[in-house]
Amino acid sequence: MKKILSDIYKNRIWLLMVLPGTIWLLLFSYLPMFGQVLAFKKFRIHPDGFFASVINSEWVGWENFEYLFSTSDAWIITRNTLVYNIIFIVVGLIAAVATAIMLSELVNKKLSKIYQTSILFPHFISWVIGSYFVFTFLSTDHGLLNHVLSWFHIDPISWYSESKYWPFILVFMALWKGVGYGSIVYLASIVGIDRAYYEAAMIDGASKWKQIKHVTLPMLKPLMIILTIMNIGRIFNSDFGLFYQVPRDSGALYSVTNVIDTFVYRGLMNLGDIGMSTAAGLYQSAVGFTLVIITNYIVRKVDEESALF
Amino acid sequence: MKGGGAKILRKKYRDPQHLHPVVNTIISVLLGILAVMCIFPFIYVIIISFTSEESIVRNGFQLFPKDWSIDAYHYLWGMKAQFFHSYGVTIFITIVGTIISVFMITFYAYAISRPQFKYRRFFTFLAFFTMLFSGGLVPTYIVVTQFLGLKNTIWALILPLAMNAFYIIIMRTFFLKSVSESILESARIDGASEWRIFFQIIFPLSLPGIATIALFSTLGYWNDWFTALLYIDEPNLVPLQSLLMKIEANLEFMRQNMDVAIMQQSLFDTIPQESAKMAMVVIATLPIAVSYPFFQKYFISGLTIGGVKE
Repeated sequence: MKKILSDIYKNRIWLLMVLPGTIWLLLFSYLPMFGQVLAFKKFRIHPDGFFASVINSEWVGWENFEYLFSTSDAWIITRNTLVYNIIFIVVGLIAAVATAIMLSELVNKKLSKIYQTSILFPHFISWVIGSYFVFTFLSTDHGLLNHVLSWFHIDPISWYSESKYWPFILVFMALWKGVGYGSIVYLASIVGIDRAYYEAAMIDGASKWKQIKHVTLPMLKPLMIILTIMNIGRIFNSDFGLFYQVPRDSGALYSVTNVIDTFVYRGLMNLGDIGMSTAAGLYQSAVGFTLVIITNYIVRKVDEESALF
Repeated sequence: MKGGGAKILRKKYRDPQHLHPVVNTIISVLLGILAVMCIFPFIYVIIISFTSEESIVRNGFQLFPKDWSIDAYHYLWGMKAQFFHSYGVTIFITIVGTIISVFMITFYAYAISRPQFKYRRFFTFLAFFTMLFSGGLVPTYIVVTQFLGLKNTIWALILPLAMNAFYIIIMRTFFLKSVSESILESARIDGASEWRIFFQIIFPLSLPGIATIALFSTLGYWNDWFTALLYIDEPNLVPLQSLLMKIEANLEFMRQNMDVAIMQQSLFDTIPQESAKMAMVVIATLPIAVSYPFFQKYFISGLTIGGVKE
């Protein structure tokens, strides 16, 4: 006991430094984790406050989960979340690496800088603004796309109520916003590659294409793996703004735009169904957690250096 | 082949083999298209905001409208009460939030980067674990509204975004890389306290890293609409992005909060609906668009540090 106290005293400065952050983590990260028990309870607000509400709510076992998985929504949101994320990960990786390589190979470095600045711009825009951008193209009455279609004598399309187009629109928009960030990360890594490798490859008579294939790509591999693990860990999470703002919360599109995050949000705010929404959230966190651990385990087996932890 | 000054050598190292001019042109065009696609929507919105409402009703959004007009901006000026209020809320939460998060994150990250700190592994794990498992939206919502009672307060817009495990890890990596133990040792021998060391040596030394975190954080607050969507109903506390969301369907929300003196029927008859929305988009985006080229450099160096590894 005395040892612990003297240790605490010795480390008091460091402990003081982590104190505000720790309080924040406990309140905003760990307390909600504890709140996940609500997935197994029927939540009732108790007059004695938060803890009383949580503790006094009646246990219902797996009822919330049974209810969740008995609806067709459970299947739709799981499918949408997974399929979109898999497409985003694959297409995003290819697009980001390709863009980074093109940016790095461009002879005119000034032009390359201008391109970088432009491509990164969407990353700094909120999805609220992004949804307005999309609206200027897709608005049924005024949008540019219907205007262009009219030149070809095609009837205007009511974009915000036709679900079949949205998988493409959402993937396009995700790329639009994400490619800049992704490519800059890879570009930073490419710039850091020792030029001697290229020099050596060149002396061996490697063409530009071969240099990319045998030097650049292998050097980027660890970063690609790390970022992909992180993305797989988040495969059950979605960019809420993309799926909520961009389709303007249009009910007609829910079959292709509803993901776990939007489902949980609507369950909480529109339906007030605390139990089922928490259950869906726990399902999301638990599967996500398991996936990171499994992916990381596999990566560690294959290539220890590339593992995240 | 080799030889020449260091300069020539470096140039050769940079471009061991130039691209074939044709390939270079193709790449340049491809990237050019991509770059235009990223910038174009913003320019398009600016054009729409300067189009007369009549022209929009008749011809839709056009790239080259025949009727230009600044009615939309006039109209926004008429609604300045709500508009400026939201602008003020956004600026306030951005400044206060950024200061709070920069201090919380740098203190935390610095402490867990120090080998002298006995419990650093525990506190590193405490932060790192939140990246793997999260409480989810509903429990967080209940904690913030029921336990902390932050609903409809300005703190609901500030505190939930103040920390982030990812930034802590980035900052920790930065401190590990940029702070050399020998400087600290000599300062300690000179009798400087840890706080003094932190503020007079570490802080100035780590300015690039801190600037990066501050930028991430500033952008996070400026662009935030989600916490407002969850926790704010009170019109006086609605931030800019959230205001834009509320007027998405109609301008009713703003009209209710409009300056009474300007509330003349005639104005309502000619509300520049679409162009006014776009004018708001322009004004909300402008600060980012203008300052962006200046901070982009920091941001990129921040991303480079972000090559996180446990």
